[in-house]
Order: sequence, then structure tokens, then C-alpha cells
Amino acid sequence: MNPAFDFFDHDADIGIVGHGSTLEAAFETAAQAMFSIMAGPANPGRSAHLAFEFEESDVELALVTWLNRLLAEARSQGLMLADFKLARNGERWRGEAWGSPWMQGAESGVEVKGATLTMLSVKENDGQWEARCVVDV
Amino acid sequence: MDLHLLKQLTPYCWDLPLGNEKRGPVRLYGSEPLLASMDDKVLEQIANVARLPGLAGAAMTMPDAHWGYGFPIGGVAAFDAEEGGIISAGGVGFDISCGIRCLRANLDIADIAPHLQRLADQLFRDIPAGVGEEGDIRLDEDELDRVMRQGAGWALKRGYGEAEDLACIEEHGCVAGAAPAQVSPLAKKRQRGEMGTLGSGNHYLEVQVVEKIHDPAAAAAFGLHEGQVVVSIHCGSRGLGHQIGTDYLVSLAKAASRLGIRLPDRELACAPIHSPEGQAYLGAMNAAINVALANRQLLTHLTRQAFARVIPDSRLETLYDVSHNTCKVETHEVEGRKRRLHIHRKGATRAFPPGHPSLPERYREAGQPVIIGGSMGTGSYVLAGLAGNPAYASASHGAGRAMSRNQALKRWHGRELIDELKHRGILIRTRSMRGAAEEAPGAYKDVDLVAEATERAGLAKRVAFLRPKACVKG
Repeated sequence: MNPAFDFFDHDADIGIVGHGSTLEAAFETAAQAMFSIMAGPANPGRSAHLAFEFEESDVELALVTWLNRLLAEARSQGLMLADFKLARNGERWRGEAWGSPWMQGAESGVEVKGATLTMLSVKENDGQWEARCVVDV
Repeated sequence: MDLHLLKQLTPYCWDLPLGNEKRGPVRLYGSEPLLASMDDKVLEQIANVARLPGLAGAAMTMPDAHWGYGFPIGGVAAFDAEEGGIISAGGVGFDISCGIRCLRANLDIADIAPHLQRLADQLFRDIPAGVGEEGDIRLDEDELDRVMRQGAGWALKRGYGEAEDLACIEEHGCVAGAAPAQVSPLAKKRQRGEMGTLGSGNHYLEVQVVEKIHDPAAAAAFGLHEGQVVVSIHCGSRGLGHQIGTDYLVSLAKAASRLGIRLPDRELACAPIHSPEGQAYLGAMNAAINVALANRQLLTHLTRQAFARVIPDSRLETLYDVSHNTCKVETHEVEGRKRRLHIHRKGATRAFPPGHPSLPERYREAGQPVIIGGSMGTGSYVLAGLAGNPAYASASHGAGRAMSRNQALKRWHGRELIDELKHRGILIRTRSMRGAAEEAPGAYKDVDLVAEATERAGLAKRVAFLRPKACVKG
């Protein structure tokens, strides 16, 4: 298991937690947690790249927006994502992700429909950031 | 759940006393064991729903309720637009119009038993299921707009189905008020490869046998007899609905803040029905409902084709198609007054009583078919709507989870579970061992208890019990 991310219990769905030394790093590992739910046993490649920007002043809503935008871009481009990079400049956020095309017919995890506002929190403690929410599967 | 917090009204109906709280009434349906096993979060979530503006009557939970996001799964709440009532994206969920299409076959179990393995394999080949699996039906933007406006009727016009199907789908397969212009380009883009796909998680296509008839008269009206084969298809509006949920969750959360609506939980993101934001969500949600109805129609067509390849004389008729993640405008009597209400059902099935004008003639006397989808190892129920239903004509939608997905993953291994079910005569076809483990029968409540409580609470009566024989899991 990657110690940078973790999961917590929720009756119907799955709670994800990303950790990092910066807020952006915690968001990146939260994205890793979310995509690991969907991934099969094979490691996805890094042949595809996507990038996008968004504006959000509320950091908690920014986490949900970041995760949901990744889901939407991945599904609409038919990609499985594995690596993530996020940069912040005030209210402006620029995200990047690397992955490979979905392998039709291969073993997979389960689909994440969306990141929710349930148990949503972004906090810093002793220089370590934690970003968490429940994702709907 | 701490039952000491509740006041028991009948063996299957409980209230959360108001005390000094400023909220509407809260009512929970279910037996003592079912409620005792529910997470305390269910109570917290439904009490939060009762704090939203314009609530009519009580905020309610069904016997299969479990902890969700915003609303609990199994939550029902009605809001009156003329009294400042709201519409909530969190009260519908991401998988807008997720529901079950049930098909009855002209076959008995003896007819398919020799072919069951081939049938399971054929269905698994023909039904796109699981993460990232795409269908053969590709739509350009104009065609997708037509799906959003026409629902299952669109599928019929393209040759995917039979005219008789529409009579047995809620709203005859198409809800009014769809506004494709309120659906984001990203939502439309996400749907490109996802028409005619099953999805993942708790979605399934199951071949079942009618094992027991509880109500012979209603079963006859529904065309069911013991030993008969039926097929249940559980899925929703796919990527388009998920993206609408995503888009409006954030925009409605911001709208609520701007409009001075205090949200006890941000996931209850909502706006007044009579507001531009509320109307935009309603239009987009109705578009997603139509996409879900079209999607289940396409899957019905693919299922018929797969059956015909294995058993050429097979015939599958639509018994009923009912959604369980919706907000619908309906007229109900509240405290002696008829009111036009926006009924949110999140993980709850509509259950119209006998005589309701919306029902097809065939079911007018028996009541609306209600489907409680159980786990892949236990079974499902067909029920019928009852007169005097106290929950805005709503009933349970499934067995309801008793254990988190993480806990299930720790307890079961997908391959071993599939082998065990095969030993019990149930064939599972899936690309996700993780998904199989998360959906282990032991992770769900006892569906018999849920169906019994649903009946004894006066929500719907049991008509038939269905035992799974083969299941394509997403």
C-alpha cells in the first residue's frame, strides 16, 4: 500500500485520504487513492497526458473540483490515470495527469461516479496536509 | 442506531422526537432489528434533511436505509415549491435515475438449466459491464439531445425494443421537463461511449427464477409463476448523470450559501425550486432520467439478443422499469390537503397504489410493481404498491448495505466468493474481483427482513421472491 494515501469506512461508498507535505501534494495523493479504486492489478502506463485549469477560492471545494475534473477528463478521453501534478496560484489551479488508455476487457476495480462533499476536509497539522472526502462508487 | 433516541409508534414505524430542535418531523420505517443495525449517521442525515426549507410532512427513511452522502440511502423527502421548498442534488445522488428494469421470460428454469453457462457467457460478451467498458452505440451531440428529450422512446425509434415496453416504464419511458441546454458539454462528452453500458459497483444484470409466490392474484397480474425465469437489470444514467451530479453539487452548494439557505451538511446542496439554479438542476436532472430510461431500454434489447442467440424461442417482456434515485413532481395529500410536491427518493422506489391512473391497465388492480434488488447470493423481491402507503407512495429499493466496502474487501476474496457461489448454483461473470468482494452477499442486510418490514410497514406487499441463477456484475 502507498503510505501517502489511505481509505476510511463509509457504509455505501469509500472514504479516501491523501497526505502530503503541501496542500497540493495531499490533493495529488488523494487523486492516487481515488484512481487506485478503479485500477486493476496491472500498472497503467504513462503514455497519455492531460492538463486543465480551474478557479476555486474554497480549498475544500477545490479538492472536490480537482477529483471530479480528473474523473470526467479520464472517462471522456478513455484514460486510466496514475500520476498527478497540481499547482496553485491564489484561486487559480492548474492540474496535470499521466496515464494510459483503458484496456477494454481487462480486470478492473470499481467505478468511482464522483467525489462528494461528505466528510470533506482539508487541513494542516505540524506541516503535514491531509485531504479527505467520500467518493461515490 | 441508538433506539433510545426514537419513539416507537408501531412495530414498524418510529419517530425521532423534536425536542427543542428547529426542524420538520423525522419518521423511520423498519423493524427493531433493522433499525438497531443501522449506523447512527442515518439518523443524523435524515434529521439534517428535515432542516431544509419547505419540507412537507416528515423526512423519512425506508427499511433498507443506510449511511449515504447528504441524504441517507433509502431517504424520502417532499418539498413544496409554493412554500419556499428546495430541490437538492444530494437528495437525488450522482447516479440519477438509477433503477431496475425487470423482464419476465416465456421460459421456466428447466428450459434454461442446460444452457445456463452458455447464457451467462453470452450475456457477459454482449453486455458492456465494468469500469471503462464502452458500448457500440455512439451518439453525436444532436442525437444525445434527442435521447435526453425522448428517453426510452428514442431507443424504440432506433429499433431497440418493442412498443409494449413503454407502457411498463414509469412515465411511459419519458419524463417531461428535460432541458439539455442545462447539461454541461463535459457531461455530454462523458456519455459518448456509455450508452448501452451497465456500469460498475452495485450494478448488475441477473438471470433469476421465481422461487416463491407470496400473493397469487398480484403475481398473476404481473404475469409471474413459480419456476419462471426473469431478468433484472440494475443501472442508471451513466457518465452523463454522474457529471450532472458533479456539476450541480458544487454550483447548488454555492447557490445555497448565496441565497441564505443554511445547510447542516454541504452535501445537501440545494436551491429553491422557484430559482434559476433550482430550475436549471431540475431540467438537467430530467434529461438524465431520460438517458437512464433509454440506457435500460438499450440493455433490454441487448439482453433479448443474447437470450435469442442461446435459446432462439425465448421471449422477454418488460414487467416494469422503476427508478430509485429521482426527484419527481407528484400530487399527494398532506394533512387533508392535496399538494403538488417535489418528492426526492434517494435509494427509494416509487410504489403507486392500486387504481393509480399512472399505472398500465394490466397492473391497475394489483398496484405498481416494486422491485427490491438483493445481493447476488441471496435474492430479490417483486412487491406491489399498497393503498394508504404513508410515505408518499415510496418503498425500499434494495437489501441495503450492512458493511462498508473496505470491511467487505478485508473479509472476502473475489475469486473464492465466485467459486463458492458457483458451488451453490449461481454463476457470476465479472471483470472485477475487487467489485465481487465488495458486493459479497454477507455485506448486505437480510433481504427477507427488509421485504417483510416493507410489507408490515404498509409500504408495499410481497408478491414474489426471485433467486439468482446467473449474474453479470459491473
